[in-house]
Amino acid sequence: MHERAEEHCCCRDFEDMTTTKKLWIGIGILALLSPLGLIIPSLFGAGGAWGEWGAEEFYKLVGYVPEGMQKLAHLWKSPLKDYAVPGHAQGLARRGLGYVLTAFIGIAFTAGFAYFIARVLGRQNKKK
Amino acid sequence: MHIPDGYLGPATYGALFGVTLPFWAFASWKLNRTLKARQAPYLALGAAFSFVLMMFNIPVLGGTTGHATGTTLIAILLGPWAAIISVSVALIIQALLFGDGGITAIGANCFTMAVVGGLTGYGIYRLIAAGSDIKSRRRIVAGAIAAYVSLNVSALLTAVLLGIQPLIEISSSGQPLYAPYPLAVTIPAMVSGHALLFGFVEAAVTALVLKYFQRNEPAMLA
Repeated sequence: MHERAEEHCCCRDFEDMTTTKKLWIGIGILALLSPLGLIIPSLFGAGGAWGEWGAEEFYKLVGYVPEGMQKLAHLWKSPLKDYAVPGHAQGLARRGLGYVLTAFIGIAFTAGFAYFIARVLGRQNKKK
Repeated sequence: MHIPDGYLGPATYGALFGVTLPFWAFASWKLNRTLKARQAPYLALGAAFSFVLMMFNIPVLGGTTGHATGTTLIAILLGPWAAIISVSVALIIQALLFGDGGITAIGANCFTMAVVGGLTGYGIYRLIAAGSDIKSRRRIVAGAIAAYVSLNVSALLTAVLLGIQPLIEISSSGQPLYAPYPLAVTIPAMVSGHALLFGFVEAAVTALVLKYFQRNEPAMLA
């Protein structure tokens, strides 16, 4: 999407870049724009996705927490829960900043993990 | 569509790990035979793209949100097996680092979004695009329709997994132990947002990026 705007720019440098480099720039732009995914829902007063409530939210919604859910809900403590930097929670602007930061952290982890898998799997085919 | 911990009972999440595992194994075997080392960056790009795209939450009537996944697009560009691996990687990182989707539900979430999403999207795309020129308009339309249908199939499957919980996981006193909503609630709730809004967003993203590849990198569509 964002690559399209780039495409019309006159810089020859961009034309000369490799495909993967251009695509990484596109993903970087998406990461920088990611707070839109936080700000736009909050403008509409929308909460999270349907069926993704935490146990506390669930209690507010239906007035009780099912027994099994209670047990499993806190099984795992994620370090950057809800794409927020701990202690950085107040205000939409700061949350937006945390969101961009976690976007880049997440991109680094997903890309690194996927690249590792691909290198391990593709090893035998190196000569091809 | 990311099912959290505590919504699925052990029978369901266990079974879904069991169902997803062979797909991961087959996808790995397939990539092992076909993936060339220089293609590794594309798998990383696919995973990162899916991850960041899922951060764009879109509000829908009723106070909830949803998002596109990029699964069909990745399946079209890299093949369904690479899509299964890269979207699964994004989902696993989301669960572990960000608490988006439960760790007990990793099998279920990877099955609905990566496995079923990838294979459905790829199958529909190939069916509609069959025999068309790389630069044809039909490819774009095929990608858009495939993306729309694929996301909705994933959403429907998620709704079914949630909706069967009160049927199979009840305490001795008859109380639901995990997700308490019946199918009559989960299906309309999940499908409405995806059919009316998120599916179109998925289709638009897929069509736009495919158009970019047609113009600039047609070799990727061969």
